[in-house]
Amino acid sequence: MTQTQQVRPSEADVPVVARAIETVASHLHPTPSYDLADYDVPTGREEVWRFTPIKRLRGLLEDTPSDDHLEWKLDAPAAVEVSELTVEAARALGGPAPVDRSSALAVKHSGGAMLIDIPADTELDQPVVVRLAGVSAEQVVHGHVLVRIGRHSRAIVVLEHTGSAQYVAEVTVLVGDSARLELASLQLWDDDAVHLGHVAVRVGRDAEVRTFQASLGGSVVRMVETADYAGPGGRLEMYGLYFVDAGQHIEHRLFIDHNQPRTRSNADYRGALQGKGAHSVWVGDVLIRKQAEGIQTYESNRNLVLTEGCQADSVPNLEIETGEIEGAGHASATGRFDDEQLFYLQSRGITPVEAKRLVVHGFFADLIRRIGVGSIERRLLDAVEAELAKNIGLPAVGVER
Amino acid sequence: MATLEIRDLHVSVEAEDGRKEILRGVDLTVRDGETHAIMGPNGSGKSTLAYSIAGHPKYAVTQGTVSLDGVDVLSMTVDERARAGLFLAMQYPVEVPGVSVSNFLRTAKTAIDGTPPKLRTWVGDVRDAMTALSIDATFAERSLNEGFSGGEKKRHEILQLELLDPRFAILDETDSGLDIDALRVVSEGVNRFRAKGDRGVLLITHYTRILRYITPDFVHVFVDGRIAEEGGPELADRLESEGYERFVKVG
Ligand SMILES: Nc1ncnc2c1ncn2[C@@H]1O[C@H](COP(=O)(O)OP(=O)(O)O)[C@@H](O)[C@H]1O
Ligand SMILES: [Mg+2]
Repeated sequence: MTQTQQVRPSEADVPVVARAIETVASHLHPTPSYDLADYDVPTGREEVWRFTPIKRLRGLLEDTPSDDHLEWKLDAPAAVEVSELTVEAARALGGPAPVDRSSALAVKHSGGAMLIDIPADTELDQPVVVRLAGVSAEQVVHGHVLVRIGRHSRAIVVLEHTGSAQYVAEVTVLVGDSARLELASLQLWDDDAVHLGHVAVRVGRDAEVRTFQASLGGSVVRMVETADYAGPGGRLEMYGLYFVDAGQHIEHRLFIDHNQPRTRSNADYRGALQGKGAHSVWVGDVLIRKQAEGIQTYESNRNLVLTEGCQADSVPNLEIETGEIEGAGHASATGRFDDEQLFYLQSRGITPVEAKRLVVHGFFADLIRRIGVGSIERRLLDAVEAELAKNIGLPAVGVER
Repeated sequence: MATLEIRDLHVSVEAEDGRKEILRGVDLTVRDGETHAIMGPNGSGKSTLAYSIAGHPKYAVTQGTVSLDGVDVLSMTVDERARAGLFLAMQYPVEVPGVSVSNFLRTAKTAIDGTPPKLRTWVGDVRDAMTALSIDATFAERSLNEGFSGGEKKRHEILQLELLDPRFAILDETDSGLDIDALRVVSEGVNRFRAKGDRGVLLITHYTRILRYITPDFVHVFVDGRIAEEGGPELADRLESEGYERFVKVG
């Protein structure tokens, strides 16, 4: 489902091209399981794998263990307790289970999970930064990271991926009641990396969670993000940005399960595509269960297609099992540059190249500034600038922060 | 002496039911130091004239010329026209999310001058110009035109006029949607621009109200894609009392 049309990418609230499939039960109810036997090796015909270039995964979905690891560097305030758990102990924490074959493989062959534990009633003054680096695209690495934040605590956690690997990973995030967590996952891989990831977030009662995915590097990146609520009143904001170059496949699949009353969710994902064979996929599944009265949800995906030969697939799905909700909506738009924006900028003497650079910069900066964490914002703005410099042209003047 | 010269300009747009001619032979000469008011009813083609001079891709010039000091403007790209000294304050300024006003102003100034403005003086210039137009300092960090009220957008257009300092300014209904205070502030901005000397202004308006603050040297009545009558400031007074009906019937 590729749509390319003149769309001003700034109109989030206008569902210009919406492909809502309401009451489709088939793939909105994944049955989570740790048991690999519950997931056949995908052929590419399955609903959840149909966009993924299975051939480029080179046997990554086979049940084959590996001894390779990513290099770890951890930067964490003293209050944070970091430990290693066995696979069994990680399961015993009772968090959400894997939802597909790659996440089941990640846990099974992880050799145990790295637990980042933020105790209750703790406010971290510094972010927790986990730097994960791979050395070669020949190495297959399975990994499981567990982030647990106790009730009433506040923390920022950043996972940063660089270098190269074939990385199959599970990230489990357990957020205590009334806690507040900002979680950023930065995919800044080299061009030949493959990353099959699952991020499973459980939002505590009245907790506030903001996640941010930035997928800029890698050959194939497939991030599955699932979220549910452990009690009423939780708020979840999910943001994502991706910049897809020639030959890159970048896929984000969301499943937000409103399984508790008065919970909220808001998702805003934006991508830019350029170069032959650049392919982005965004699937946003939202389920509002019968008991989830008084909830509010909105999801939006916008793609800016910068050159010919790109494909942006965007599929929002909303399934509503109760009429007692405050609001539910979605928008999806894929388009080229807005002529009026380019004209306005050029009418001030700005060259066409610089005008385009400014528009794309703005498209992402508008999202990045919502993170509210200065260090991450700067990091991402720099990364976006680097992509723009590579592909559109260098800025005429320094860019404002 | 600089001159903006429009000769026998015909412009059409692609409409759903085929090509539609909007400008049907416009002749107009604006010399520096002069302010020309163009007045006309809605739909007469005033914005089309403004956009065509600025080079909007939607409008196709089918006949005639536009020149600046004898140099052909129509063969220039949009940004080249701006760098040659033309400025258009738009009736509906466009929103560009995520691009801050200060980033935009500095980028535009750099483009127009060919070199980045000296940081020390630039910051002060921007601040002073904003103060003079009663624009709150927080605007500098807001996204370009996004969420601005109608009046804020217009003031922001005049802010650009003052900072970019072109040779010829086309102001397309800058007065519409302004309350009295804002109208006065905006008019003062335009008058500061005129007072620099050697500047030409093409003031497009539907109402005579703004002409109480900005006195034109010439008034042109624009009807049905061409100039129907020309005169001095007294013509505006006649329009004030008689309206456009006389011209519309004739046209
Ligand atoms: N892009 C366009 N497509 C079709 N018709 C247009 C377009 N732009 C302007 N027009 C028509 O041309 C006429 C003049 O419009 P405009 O120049 O905006 O007038 P004014 O500014 O005097 O109100 C109007 O009838 C308008 O509907
Ligand atoms: Mg108009």
